[in-house]
This record gives sequence, structure tokens and C-alpha cells, in this order.
Amino acid sequence: MTEPVIQVEGLYKNYGTVAALRGVSFSVEEGEVFGLLGPNGAGKTTTVEILEGMRTPDSGLARVCGLDPEKSGSQFKEMIGAVLQSTSLPAKIRVKEAIDLFANFYRVHGNTNDLLKRFQLEEKRDAFYSQLSGGQKQRLAIAMALVNNPQVVFLDEPTAGLDPQVRREIYDIIEELKGGKKTVLLTTHYIEEAERLCDRVAIIDYGRVIKIGTPRELKHASAGTTRIEVRLAKPVENGVLGQLDAVANAREFDGTYVLHSTRAPHTIVALVKHLESDSNELQSLEMFSPSLEDVFIELTGRRLRD
Amino acid sequence: MASNVIRNTWILTKIRVRLAMRNRTFLFFSLIMPLGFLFFFVTIFSKGDSAWTAYILGSILTMTVMGSFWGLSVQLVMFREAGILRRFRLAPLGAGPMLASSILSNYILVLPSVAIEILVTKFALHMQGWGNLWAIFLLISIGSATFSAFGLIVASVTNTMQETQVINQVIWTAFLFLSGATVPLARFPHWIQGASLFMPATYLATGLENAATNLATHSEIITDLIALGIGLLVAFEISRRLFRWEPEAKLPGSAKLWVLAVMIPFIAFGVYENVKGDRLALVRQDFQMLNSTSMATPPKSH
Repeated sequence: MTEPVIQVEGLYKNYGTVAALRGVSFSVEEGEVFGLLGPNGAGKTTTVEILEGMRTPDSGLARVCGLDPEKSGSQFKEMIGAVLQSTSLPAKIRVKEAIDLFANFYRVHGNTNDLLKRFQLEEKRDAFYSQLSGGQKQRLAIAMALVNNPQVVFLDEPTAGLDPQVRREIYDIIEELKGGKKTVLLTTHYIEEAERLCDRVAIIDYGRVIKIGTPRELKHASAGTTRIEVRLAKPVENGVLGQLDAVANAREFDGTYVLHSTRAPHTIVALVKHLESDSNELQSLEMFSPSLEDVFIELTGRRLRD
Repeated sequence: MASNVIRNTWILTKIRVRLAMRNRTFLFFSLIMPLGFLFFFVTIFSKGDSAWTAYILGSILTMTVMGSFWGLSVQLVMFREAGILRRFRLAPLGAGPMLASSILSNYILVLPSVAIEILVTKFALHMQGWGNLWAIFLLISIGSATFSAFGLIVASVTNTMQETQVINQVIWTAFLFLSGATVPLARFPHWIQGASLFMPATYLATGLENAATNLATHSEIITDLIALGIGLLVAFEISRRLFRWEPEAKLPGSAKLWVLAVMIPFIAFGVYENVKGDRLALVRQDFQMLNSTSMATPPKSH
């Protein structure tokens, strides 16, 4: 059995009195796309930045390709590529210059023209960084992260704030990396991103890893429930909907009742009967197959973007 | 390892020069404004006296070189606040090349400004002779690097752009008005003259004014170069130690005490010059000479 490419064990990190990480552990195998899924402030960026060598953990172990990110210097940096969540480039640097500049820092690096072509930046090669759209900036950031043909790629919220079309373009790029057998650590709070792109996902919240598995495993762990979302004319008492037939759990989010049911038809019949007896009315009802969001709600009692 | 440092320094230097050339604010402050001052001061104070024109050239060159600390500190803090530095941190690149490239690119950018100022003074403002060009070149070279390194220290110890601007303003005012760069040092009360010897700017200002007017001896200029050179080494090492890539990485108060270390060479020079040195006597003597002579006068020997 080969060593994991990324190994994290019992990582703790505090910012003053705030505990950002409280014993995070996971490992990522070679060629795997591994997702850290969690809401803002869950500890995803802190974990990734420790693995990139940009932050020092208070305790615990972090290894990438067997190296300590903080102490291995240039040797480590030659092996990784990263898209940071919050970063920028000088406003007046041209796209081609930026790729050339970073390429030249590495002993081994790709061809700038190839990268411009691959990331659809050829037309923008002479544009200033300040003239790029959000999606173009992000494509440039990914091109720069791959300029040294790294073994491990860290993508910290690579699609945050981008419109759906640009997001899909970035997904294609990440899928291309997956096809190229790169080891990728991706952080996200977008469910569809984790489901579509990741081989395995760690659900992280309040600085702890709550569950790890493939998206399929995690959804199965959600007790094979169907999610039923209903809006009612009148609010119902706490806990009443949870008592209905085949309901595993029920919660309310902004006036929408979310029921997880093991047998949806039974639950719907029971719900209708209950509403009739309570002189209440059904305003809308939607049914969903279980998603990672459901798993997250089950595990944390919160939505990802709460 | 060393070759990588040199290589990365040069790569960064080239791009920083290119970026500066695209920055209109930089071009205004480094080229247009000093020329404006040159014309203004020569018109008002020189009144056709070539010796005074040369003296004013020395002052303008001093301001051009001293401006390095302001420009670099602001640029580095801006890069840090915008998260630009943290992107560079991911690359196999240490703080050394980042800082050294700041100094080197600034030097490359200062040289054309200085050349233009000298040529304009010579041909448009009719300065006789060229001054001591070798001394000017050496003082500009060491002075530019030293004041750039001071800028890097300011960037290292300040946490926000606002803080940087305030500190720059205080230092700039002191450098500008107490070093002899604007008002000739010899015109100040003796106690201010004595105090000015503790300031690095004084060594640059007196050095360049003497070199431009061709009044100084080699030993005077060598002393100025040594003072600035030691200041450069200390300032660079301190800025390297205090350098921060991350906007949220605040410097502990105790670390700021390191900044005082940069003053140690100048405190030593100041004490020596006040107690045993003859610098102030020479400054006064040069000033008297300037008032009573022209550029035709050959360099004096003390």
C-alpha cells in the first residue's frame, strides 16, 4: 500500500480565542480529487493553508508528498500548485507576463502559450489583470497554479462568487485535472461541486471533520431517505412533522419544512391527513433524491450556507 | 541556491521595472515633480549663479533618491494588503529576492531620473562643469539602495496603508527639512546642525550637494558613502527579518524595536561627528565658499 499524498492528523489551530481547527484528520491518495465541504468559517481554508505551508498549526501533523509544508521550502513548493481564496496580482501586469513570471520561478515549468490556450486566455494574453472578468481571473489563477506541472493541486473555493456558466467552465478544468491523475484538494461550500468533482468528500464544520466518504457512500449513509420540502399555510408545532409515518427527521428553514423520509408516499399521505385534521393547507411540495446537502443537514442540523 | 536567489531577484526586478513604467503616478512623482522643483528652485534662488545652480541640483538629486523610501514602502504595503504578496509566497521564492528586487528595480528607475536632472541642469539651466560625476554616481547608487531599504523597513513595521502614510510623512518631513536637502544645513542654528548628523539623510544631502558643486574632498564623500553603506546593510537585514507576506500577520510591538537598530550606525556617526569630527565645520566652510565662489573654482583641498 502506498503512502497517502496528503496526510493530516489531529490538526489544531486557534486564532486568539477562536478555535478554527479542532483535531482535523484525513488523508488523500495519489490521483484522488478530495473535497472539503463545509460552510464559511468551518476551517477549510485554514486546513488548506496549513497544507500549503502558509500557516503554522498549533499542533498536529500535516504532510504533503511526505514533506512538512512549513519546513521543506523550495523542494515542497516545486511540487504543489495552489489557487488561493483571497489573492490578487498587480493591476498592470499582463496575462502572459503573469504566467511567464511565475513559470520562471520553477525549475520545471510548462509552456506559457500552451497554458494560455488550455485555459482559453489566448485572446486576453496582452490584457492587464485589472481588465479581466472574475472568471478570467480565476482561469488565470488556475493556469498559474499549474504552471509547474505540480503533483498536488490545492483549489480553495475556486468557484466562489462566479456565475453558474463560469463555474461550469471551472468544473471542466478540474475534471481535466482529474483525468490527468493529479491529486487535488478542493474546498467548497457548493454541494453540486463536491458531488460532481470529488472522488471523496470530508464534511467539515466548526473545525472538525464530521464524516468522510465518497459522495455515494455519504448519501447512502443518509439512510436512503428522500427529502420532501413543504410550505404550509400555517406554521405547525415543533416536532409534529417528525412524528409522521416514515419520517427520519424534520426541520424548518425559513418557513420551509424539510422532511427526510424512508418511504416518501407514506409520509405524503400522513402529511395530507395531518393537515386536514389541523385545518392547515399545503402551499407547495417538492421531493428530492438525497444529496450531500441532506447529509450535511442530518449531521449538523444546518444548511451549508446558513 | 545562491544562483536561484540572484535569478529570482532579476526576474522580479524586470517585472517591477515594467510595472512601474506603466504607473503614471510613479512617473509623475519620480520624473515630473523633481524637474518641476529643479526649475522652481533654480529660478527663485540661483539667479544665474552657476555654483548655486549646482548646489540646487544636489538638493534635487537628494530628494529624488530619498523618495525611494516613500514609494517602496507604499508599494509593498499595497501588495501585502491586496494579497499579492501571498501569491508570490506560494512560489519557490524567499523574502530575500522580493526585497532585493525592490531595491534593484528602484535603483534602475532612479538612474534615468537622475541623468535627466543632471542634463537639464547642465544644458537648460546652464550649470558650468559637471560636478564630481563619479561621486554623484556612487552616492546615488548607495543612497538609493539605503533609502529603499528604509522604505522596506517602514513597510515591515506598519500594518495598514494609513499607518504607512503617517509614518512616511513624519520621516519625510524630517529628512527633507533637517538634512540640508531644502534649506542649507549651514543656515540652521548649531544645535539643529548637530542633531542633523544623526540622520541618514544628512549624509546623502551633504554628499550630493558637495559632489554637484565639486566642493568636497574624496575623504568627505567616502565618509558619506560609508555611513550610507552601513545603513544599507543594517536596514536590509532588518527588513528581511521583519518581512511579512500576509496582510493579517501583525508585527508584535517588541519586534518593532528592531527598527531602532537601523539607527545605531547613524547614532555612532552622529556622536563621533559631534564630539570629534569636523563635518559641521566643513559644511559651514563649504557654504561660505559657495557664497563667494563660482563653479570655476577648482575643488578645494582641506
